[in-house]
Amino acid sequence: MTVFDQLSLDGLRFNLTSEKNSAIPLDFFTPPSANSASFCLPNHSTTVRRPFPLSHGTTTLGFIFQGGVIAAADTRASAGGLVACPAVHKITPIHSHLVVTSSGSGADCMLWERILTREIRLYQLRHRRRLSIRGTAKLLSFMLHPFKGTEVCVALTLCGWDKESGPKLIYVCSDGARLQGDIFSVGSGSPYAYGVLDGGLKWSLSKDEAISLAREAVFRATHRDAYSGNNVDLFHITAQGWSQRKREDLKEEYYRDMEKRSKDRRGKIKRE
Amino acid sequence: MEYLIGIQGQDFVLVAADNVAASSIIQMKHDYDKMFKLSEKILLLCVGEAGDTVQFAEYIQKNVQLYKMRNGYELSPAAAANFTRKNLADYLRSRTPYHVNLLLAGYDDSDGPGLYYMDYLSSLAKAPFAAHGYGAFLTLSILDRYYRPDLTRDEAMDLLKKCIEEVSSASISRRFHLHYLHLFNLFHL
Repeated sequence: MTVFDQLSLDGLRFNLTSEKNSAIPLDFFTPPSANSASFCLPNHSTTVRRPFPLSHGTTTLGFIFQGGVIAAADTRASAGGLVACPAVHKITPIHSHLVVTSSGSGADCMLWERILTREIRLYQLRHRRRLSIRGTAKLLSFMLHPFKGTEVCVALTLCGWDKESGPKLIYVCSDGARLQGDIFSVGSGSPYAYGVLDGGLKWSLSKDEAISLAREAVFRATHRDAYSGNNVDLFHITAQGWSQRKREDLKEEYYRDMEKRSKDRRGKIKRE
Repeated sequence: MEYLIGIQGQDFVLVAADNVAASSIIQMKHDYDKMFKLSEKILLLCVGEAGDTVQFAEYIQKNVQLYKMRNGYELSPAAAANFTRKNLADYLRSRTPYHVNLLLAGYDDSDGPGLYYMDYLSSLAKAPFAAHGYGAFLTLSILDRYYRPDLTRDEAMDLLKKCIEEVSSASISRRFHLHYLHLFNLFHL
């Protein structure tokens, strides 16, 4: 049973898999037909009213440097103006050498991460080799394509290490974009994070410098963006796999920053 | 804003595209390639809505390659252009139209070079020069003024550089990288 057998959108079923039980449903090989659920269905005269605003708003980032890949994200899930949960995991490991940072609608991200994990594991079992990061991104992009135009909102960054080609960072979103690059930041706090990252990022950073740059970028973004905050999760991916740092409260970072500023000011006043 | 331009000469087609992949106010990539190689002698340049461009262009690309595998010889540029247009037209009035603007540049061994302009409403026109995007408003007049059918390669490059300078100076985003591809020998400049 593949994802398309189980998902049913108001009566439309995607039930196209080849008889040989291959990993990828036949739906992938053709652009979506007129049956796919890309617009409001004719049965509804008005759309169903949402019970509450969906959780959106985040700061996630990833970048590649000489020591591997760093993935960082805040931990706030907001639903409109409410902090629905202050301790969400926005970075999820898929396998030992791949993590995915999520942004957009929290529920959609959780679902699609589970689907992706399952499909990657199935691929590994069927073909006796691990799918490359680029292949994973393409698979995810093609799985999301039938839902383009619907309210599905996911913007994921796959951060991983391929045995053959080294560190990889690929951005996939529900609009259909699929971009490979060296630095990505996604979410409502991303412009603020880009401001810090673009200034400080160099290939030759050490591991500690890279981690503190990532932490600083998330901190500055959470300071300005109302929809990001609480804690920061940091992952480091190398050829040996991913490793996760202990979750850090950004309140501590804020106090450290305040302390540093007041010390600078005291130093300046003494000199004057 | 994305920009495509193509100039046809006597035995070549010169095409160029900007290198920026943007998402609302953020430029996510500065080295994004908008050219899809359909065959050794045909190039497809594709801009438009985020996912539609790659999905549609890769679909056309794989089908053109499939034709070669099945039949042993490649599609001509005119046939590839019409195939592309037909697909765009078929999806136009479906529930999932592809919002893409295309330039197809090709070299036919018997007919010579050809540049085909297609837009998201699936119009198709074989043109001596063409451009897509806001930059087209700025550069079509330059092309009208200076284009001649007997341009040499160097003259065509100079004309292209004139157009690019104009777009770069008038464009809101200063970061405007252009990636040239000279079709006849298919090498990157």
